[in-house]
Amino acid sequence: MTAHHAIVGRHHDKVKQDVGAALDGLFDGARIMIGGFGLCGNAEALIDGVLQSGARELTLISNNSGNLGKGLATWLRAGIVKKVICTYIGNNEDLHTLMAAGSVEVEVTPQGTFVERIRAAGAGIPAFYTPTGVGTVVADGKEVRTFHGREFVLEEALTADFALIRAHKADPFGNLRFWRTARNFSPLMATAATTTIAEVDQLVGHGDIDPDDVHLPGIFVHRVLEVTDHEDPFEYRTVRPRPTAEEG
Amino acid sequence: MAWNRNQIAQRAALEIPRGSIVNLGIGLPTLVADYLPPDHDAWFHSENGLLGMGPFPYEGDEDPQLINAGKQTVTVLPGGSTFDSAMSFAMIRGGHVDVAILGAMQVSQRGDLANWAIPGGRTMGIGGAMDLATGARRIIVLTTHTTKEGAPKLLERCDFPLTAVGAVHRVITDLGVLDCTPEGFVLVECATGVDEATVRAKTGGVVL
Repeated sequence: MTAHHAIVGRHHDKVKQDVGAALDGLFDGARIMIGGFGLCGNAEALIDGVLQSGARELTLISNNSGNLGKGLATWLRAGIVKKVICTYIGNNEDLHTLMAAGSVEVEVTPQGTFVERIRAAGAGIPAFYTPTGVGTVVADGKEVRTFHGREFVLEEALTADFALIRAHKADPFGNLRFWRTARNFSPLMATAATTTIAEVDQLVGHGDIDPDDVHLPGIFVHRVLEVTDHEDPFEYRTVRPRPTAEEG
Repeated sequence: MAWNRNQIAQRAALEIPRGSIVNLGIGLPTLVADYLPPDHDAWFHSENGLLGMGPFPYEGDEDPQLINAGKQTVTVLPGGSTFDSAMSFAMIRGGHVDVAILGAMQVSQRGDLANWAIPGGRTMGIGGAMDLATGARRIIVLTTHTTKEGAPKLLERCDFPLTAVGAVHRVITDLGVLDCTPEGFVLVECATGVDEATVRAKTGGVVL
């Protein structure tokens, strides 16, 4: 008879000590979701870890796919990306160069549809109707159906093998709290990937995050890596002058 | 005489009801916030996951993880909140954002909007533009009336790839204010020093 304690589930021993252990099992051709709005809220150590791992032919699912040569732009430069699913390219010169050369396939999706496709995948919903994109190229080749006199387009769920997300705090179970607008796509991506890896600024103990204050329950997180030092680059540092004492 | 960028933004600020939720697009629309009176209680929404967005931070207070959808550093006002992107687009697509003020490359008289791609040009991507144009309750477009080459941007129909169909309610340009209707543009107001004949001559579609 097998002892009960010999059976190990997916939520055993989640805290990893280094990037290599956190990325264990990564493979060529993997579909990877990466949290962040541009460079805001990137899992910097994990992104670099994938680059160092030698994995290739990756499908990158992220809002922007890097910028200014940083973040996911390092993957593009290294030639390890086969396909990009994103919402915005902007002035990401690395992606423009690869697109012009035809060496990377790019699928551009409206941002609300992008995140809802990810949310749907994580919630067990294969497809959904949205009003966004009706009458545009986004709806080309997709089913359009009328509800209550208005047209909607059918969009399919988006899954991944791995999600690399960044959070502010985690406990050992992987309950997460995020910081400001660094949250963005990460909680949804965590639900949609087979393996979710959270890179966190601070690892705290069980019970140190009040249950009412958990942003993402640990059921969606499979590995936790504490990384205390991040670059967190500014894309556009915009400020206003501090008022002088005279101005009050 | 015509309105400059700041005057277009100033005119657009008059379109924001007190106690409303407003999303400002990247570029010219961003300037609108500067022209609200200090006691105005509109709440600014940014689709990357922020409601109650404040002005740019004081020098030294900037946080790289507190940005707007243009990736500029911003602040959050007392009463503001941060949330994930699915929640943010539920606000947009679900009709909870009262006004979206967006830029445009072309607008048709019936309110079709083209603001994300130029044929043959480099693709910048869609971002939140299609969801905002489709989901916000009232869409106001700010744009120059013509291109740098003098071609009209207000047209009978758009020939650039569309962002949304029949979405735009009102257009504010350097030459004036026009509404989009199924029959054509309706001239609401001419800019300072601009006459009706000029607006009509520089508009590509029907002006009723």
